Amino acid sequence: MIADYFMSLDPLALLRAMPGTAAQGIIWGFMALGVYITFRILDFADLTVDGSLATGAAVAVMLIQGGMSPALALVFSVLAGMAAGLVTGIFHTLLGIPGILASILTQVSLYSVNLGIMGKSNQGISLTQQGLVASSRYVTGGDSAFFFLKLILFCLILVGIVYWFFGTETGAAIRATGCNPQMARAQGINTNYTKVLALMISNGLVGLCGGVLAQYQGAADVNMGRGAIVIGLAAVIISEVIFGKLCAGKRIAFAYTLAAVFIGAILYYVAYALVLWLKMPSDYMKLFSALVVAVFLAVPYLKGRRAVRKGA
Amino acid sequence: MGYMLEIKNISKTFNKGTINEKRALNGVDLNLASGDFVTIIGGNGAGKSTTLNAIAGAWYVDEGQIIVDGTDITRLSEHKRAVYLGRVFQDPMTGTAATMSIEENMAIASRRGAHRGLRWGIAKKEREEYRRQLGELNLGLEDRLSSKVGLLSGGQRQAITLLMAAARKPKLLLLDEHTAALDPKTASKVLEISDKIIVEHGLTAMMVTHNMKDAIAHGNRLIMMHEGRIIYDVSGEEKKKLHVSDLLAKFEEASGDEFANDRMMLG
Repeated sequence: MIADYFMSLDPLALLRAMPGTAAQGIIWGFMALGVYITFRILDFADLTVDGSLATGAAVAVMLIQGGMSPALALVFSVLAGMAAGLVTGIFHTLLGIPGILASILTQVSLYSVNLGIMGKSNQGISLTQQGLVASSRYVTGGDSAFFFLKLILFCLILVGIVYWFFGTETGAAIRATGCNPQMARAQGINTNYTKVLALMISNGLVGLCGGVLAQYQGAADVNMGRGAIVIGLAAVIISEVIFGKLCAGKRIAFAYTLAAVFIGAILYYVAYALVLWLKMPSDYMKLFSALVVAVFLAVPYLKGRRAVRKGA
Repeated sequence: MGYMLEIKNISKTFNKGTINEKRALNGVDLNLASGDFVTIIGGNGAGKSTTLNAIAGAWYVDEGQIIVDGTDITRLSEHKRAVYLGRVFQDPMTGTAATMSIEENMAIASRRGAHRGLRWGIAKKEREEYRRQLGELNLGLEDRLSSKVGLLSGGQRQAITLLMAAARKPKLLLLDEHTAALDPKTASKVLEISDKIIVEHGLTAMMVTHNMKDAIAHGNRLIMMHEGRIIYDVSGEEKKKLHVSDLLAKFEEASGDEFANDRMMLG
C-alpha cells in the first residue's frame, strides 16, 4: 500500500510545478509586505486585506476588459486598495471602532463592493489579452527566465521604496506610532493620521497583489481573498523564523527583513505545492495554513512564559 | 509680563454618573512665571499627575482654562499641544520607542511641532549634536547612537527622554514622577540631569514627586495638593527653609489625619 503510494508520486511533477509555485509566492509577497506594515510596523491586525485583495483584482480585470492596458490597470488596483485602507482607518480613528472590528466591517462591505464592481462573482480576462504584467503562460513559455527577472527586479524596487519610506520623517512617525503611540503623541505626532496612512499604504500593496494575481490567473473571483490574511501572516512569520537572526544587526537590516518577507511567501507556496504533490486533499489547505500560523505565533509566547517560570 | 503657564479654575470628574465617579480636579488655579521650577507633592489621588495630564491633554478638562505663554491650549488635541511641552513619564517605557534606535528617538523629538515630510528621518549633522548631548550625560551612550532604546536600562531611558523633552526648548517641562521607578542611585542621577537641563535651557518646569526631600531640594517653588486642590504654595527663601516635618504637618492639617506620613509616602 505505502509502496504503491510512494511509487505514484512523481518527483518530476513536483519539479515542474516549481516555477509556477515560485511565481505565485512572489506575487503573494506583495500582499505579505502589506501585512508586514500593519501587523509588525503599525501593530494593527488588519483583516481588510481579505476584501481589498479581491477589490484590487476586480478593478484590474474590469479595466482590462474595458480596454485599459494591464500595467496601467494596476495603478487603479493600488488606488482601490488604498481607498479600502482609508475606510478602515476612518472607522478606527474618527469613529473609535476597535481596530480589528473596523477592519472586519470594511472586509465584509468589500464583498458587496467587489460584486458590484464585477457584476457577478467572477470575471475573466480574454485568453488573447496582450501585455499582461504577469501570467501563468509566461512561466511555462520560452522567456520564463526573463519574466522571473522582471518580477524579481520589481520586488527589489518595491522593497527599496518601502525601505526608503520608513526611513523618512513620515515613515519614522508611523514606526513610532506602532511602537509606542503615547510617546508618538507626546512628540507631536498625529497618531490618527499615521495609522490611516499606514493602513492605506498596506492595502495599496494588497490591491496591487490582487491586480497582478488576477492577471496571472486570468480571472478575478469575489472569493479569491478569503483567508488571504493567513497567507500574509504565514509569509511574515516564516520569514522571521528563518531569517530573523540573519537580518538582525546588519546595517540595512530592515531592507533584508522586507526582502525576506518575499522569500517567506515563496516558501509558503513551496510547502503548499508539496502538500498537493503528496496528494493530500487541497480542501484542508486553509486549516493547515491557519494551524501553521497559530503554532508560529504561539511559540515565542510559550517560550517567554517558560523563561519566566524558570526565572521564578 | 505674562505668565508662562496660567491654569484657571480647572476641574475634572472621571466616570461621571457612575458608581466610580471621582472628582479628580476641583478648581485648580496656578500661575507659573517664566523660569519657575515647581515641585508638586500630595497624597494618593490628590490630583498631582492628573494636573500634569490635564496640561498635556491626555483628555479635556470639564471646566476652566489652560494657557501656555499666552496661547489657550484648553481645547487643543494632545499632539498639537505637544509643540509647547516636554514630557517625561513615571514608566521609563512610556517616553521612548523601544524598537527604534537612540538617534531615531531623538530625531523624532527634535521634529516635535515641525512638519514631518519625506526628508530622511535623521540628518548627518544631527548625529553629531546628539552625540554631544549624550556625552554630557556621562552614561556611555554617545557611542551607542544606533542601539535600540529597548536594550537600555530604565535610568538610561529616562535620561534620553529628558534630552528628548528638552529638544526644541519647550515652553513647559512636565516631569511626572519620572524617578519613581528607578533605584535610589539612578534616581538621584536622573534628578541631577533634570536640574542641569532645566538650568541650561532656562526651562519652566513642573515635577511631581513622592519624595519630600527631593521636592524641597529641587526647584524654586513647591505646591501641595489635596483632593484635587492646591492647599499649599510656597516659594523663594521660605521654600528653602522647609523641612520634611513642616510638610507633614501641613498635610496632617489638611487631611485631619495623624498617619499623614504613611499616606504621603504610600500615595
